[in-house]
Amino acid sequence: MNTTTPATEVQNVLEIRNLNFYYGAFQGLKNVNLDIKANTVTAFIGPSGCGKSTLLRTLNRMYDLYPGQRAEGEINFNGENILNPKQDLNLLRSRIGMVFQKPTPFPMSIYDNIAFGVRLYENLSSSDMDDRVEWALQKAAIWNEVKSKLNQSGLSLSGGQQQRLCIARGIAVKPSVLLLDEPTSALDPISTGKVEELVHTLKSEYTVVIVTHNMQQAARVSDFTAYMYLGELIEYGQTEAIFMKPTRQETEDYITGRFG
Amino acid sequence: MSTPSHFDAGIYRSRKIKGNIGIVLSMVAMVIGLVFLLWILSILMFKGFSALNWGMFTQSTPAPGSEGGGLLNAIVGSLMIVGICTLISTPIGVMAAIYLSEYGDRSKFAAVTRFVNDIMLSAPSIVVGLFIYAIVVVNAKHFSGWAGTLALALIAIPVVVRNTENMLKLVPVSLREAAFALGAPKWKVSTTVVLKAARSGVMTGLLLSLARVSGETAPLLFTALNNQFYSTNMNAPMANLPVVIYQFAMSPYENWVNLAWGGALLITLTVLGLNILARVVFKEKVAV
Amino acid sequence: MATFDQTDALASHRQKVIRTQRIQDFVFEKTSMVFAMTTLVVLLGIIGSLVVSAWPALVEFGFPFFYTIEWDIINSKFGGLIAIFGTVVTASIAIVIALPLSFGIAVFLTETCPMPLRRPLGTAIELLAAVPSIIYGMFGLFVFAPLFAEYIQPAIAGSVGQIPGLGFLFTGAFNGIGILAAGLILAMMILPFIASVMRDVFEIVPPILKESAYGLGCTTWEVVTNIVLPYTKTGVVGGVMLGLGRALGETMAVTFVIGNAHKLSPSLFSPGNSIASTLANEFGEAEPGLHYSSLFALGLALFVITLIVLTLAKWMLLRAEAKKGMNS
Repeated sequence: MNTTTPATEVQNVLEIRNLNFYYGAFQGLKNVNLDIKANTVTAFIGPSGCGKSTLLRTLNRMYDLYPGQRAEGEINFNGENILNPKQDLNLLRSRIGMVFQKPTPFPMSIYDNIAFGVRLYENLSSSDMDDRVEWALQKAAIWNEVKSKLNQSGLSLSGGQQQRLCIARGIAVKPSVLLLDEPTSALDPISTGKVEELVHTLKSEYTVVIVTHNMQQAARVSDFTAYMYLGELIEYGQTEAIFMKPTRQETEDYITGRFG
Repeated sequence: MSTPSHFDAGIYRSRKIKGNIGIVLSMVAMVIGLVFLLWILSILMFKGFSALNWGMFTQSTPAPGSEGGGLLNAIVGSLMIVGICTLISTPIGVMAAIYLSEYGDRSKFAAVTRFVNDIMLSAPSIVVGLFIYAIVVVNAKHFSGWAGTLALALIAIPVVVRNTENMLKLVPVSLREAAFALGAPKWKVSTTVVLKAARSGVMTGLLLSLARVSGETAPLLFTALNNQFYSTNMNAPMANLPVVIYQFAMSPYENWVNLAWGGALLITLTVLGLNILARVVFKEKVAV
Repeated sequence: MATFDQTDALASHRQKVIRTQRIQDFVFEKTSMVFAMTTLVVLLGIIGSLVVSAWPALVEFGFPFFYTIEWDIINSKFGGLIAIFGTVVTASIAIVIALPLSFGIAVFLTETCPMPLRRPLGTAIELLAAVPSIIYGMFGLFVFAPLFAEYIQPAIAGSVGQIPGLGFLFTGAFNGIGILAAGLILAMMILPFIASVMRDVFEIVPPILKESAYGLGCTTWEVVTNIVLPYTKTGVVGGVMLGLGRALGETMAVTFVIGNAHKLSPSLFSPGNSIASTLANEFGEAEPGLHYSSLFALGLALFVITLIVLTLAKWMLLRAEAKKGMNS
């Protein structure tokens, strides 16, 4: 029921509170506090080893696969703390999807790659499934290129197409949040451009968090930017502010290329 | 977290159940495997231990029907046969591995040799025994320790080649390049630099081939045969543990069966000990 | 190399060194090549000598030797089918039983097992694979056979044996030995071997691919069946065939419990013979003549069968290895 909601009020989809992360004895994240707002693109930037990928991977508890890695603190996803040991991980990952640095199409047909995720959660008739597959591929801006070869293996596509296939696969289950871990680092400039356009269109329906080592990409693509260094969140704010008028010296050093 | 409305709760439930069943099944399989291992080892310990006495190591195998006796001739025979086999097979295997690793990158011949070698790794050992019988025993007109050694060598060589080549391949190319840059000839690079760097790996290959042939029975059946008495003459039939165990185990005499268990325990401890030693010496993947 | 002053003596000395080195290199390369040829030579030698020694039997009985049911030592009439049947059936039983168990163990070691236990348990399986076959044979005869006769055989006859149409497989006395017993002992023997190979093959799957599946919310089992298995298909089949090759050629584990009877019976409880057990039992006292060369003919058959199986296995494992290189 919509009454007079202030125009500037945007919901926090993810609230990170006092997050500390450890790889065994080594501390990868130090007391991170951050809000991710709905229907925005947030970029994590920083030099190698600053913890941006680590932070991203806490959001869908991907680190859980590796004993020895642990997180302390709170991450509230729509009010619930997902770091709670009782959290159902499969369900979490259906709501928060992830795309990786290298394209990872599954060893199956293009159609099945998309349908795979959907079949995990929904019982669709074959015509409904066809619709969903088409919808996801359309959203990923790859439908026209693959519509005539849905039965071919996902591996038969070019690198850029494979990555858009992976994005389509992630979208198909209709998550709230999409985590992109340096999604264009293995792609050529033209494919990179296509993926960046895609990110732009996705934010109307999803919340996107993107890790990138490419500052210009962050500037082009994101609404909010978080600058990280040595496991700490140095500065976070609207992208324009971060790039034009950073408030911290460390941020300015990184932006202007003085190091990293 | 609440499931979104468009999700099918039934699918989710059955997925969870299937996943858990799968995990349980994999654990069950592991437990079964471990149970077998412990079962076999404990039986071996239990039955073999009672045969372990000083006499086993000081007396030779008893005649059918006579009391007591030991395994001295078999132990000595095995040590000699296996020992000489290792002396023969190791240099051959190492040289072959050096060829495959250092010179064999481009030729088809090397690829074929490697392929054949790996097949021979799993070839039936009794057929190897037949082969040596046909060309050595028949021509010499008698069984001999030498024939047995040769048969075991044919089984050991592929093990040495496979493991040594794997270890040589682990030596970084930069090490070779550094030696070449100094002007060293290829043969020197291979033998002094590369081989030395892979030293512990080569040792592993040696230990594993030793372990493998120590337990082989079939190749010795028609080559070294057996000998009731103590003998160190390699040119005649020679007593050895595996064949003695085979004969004694299937016999009706209690002391023979007892000795068979004792021998089985000895062999198993040796084989397992060598394997563990090999894995301690070099912590890489090994091929048997 | 005329970039700096050299006296003639020094130059010619260097030439000599280089020439010697070249000769040394040539000799070394060729010598090591000769050593590398040993396995090839041995392979051809084995086939050759087997054919030569089996020749009289092959000439006398012709190709029908391989499908004739006959083993009459007294009248010198021989046929290989009993032994070939025993070899193939025991190996098949072994594979059927060992396959799901090795698969389970491989999945456990790569996905389910807690990290600190992975190395020790993996080593335990590899040690099991190193136990000599004669130990399995003794275990089979003295420990397994009595238990088999007293508990397992009656249980099988009472349950599966009651299914109409399957009864004929489980007829005969419960004496603990026979084709099924040999197959079971063989299964125990090749189980750790296949498990090790499968585990190695599963470890080739790039973690990022598995993470993609987990990222969609897959359970571990789903990741294994939908991602790991299809990815490692070729390698898994290769590993199984490698195990089959070993099972076919196995002597001691089988000889102790197969019963050594020259009979061909459809019942799995009946004693029989495999090629390896026939050779182990009879070669020692074979008279020169048709008995002798028939045994060699059996040996030849075994070698050829295993050669084919192992070649296919190795080829598949090479294809699986190549995939590892492509995706790193």
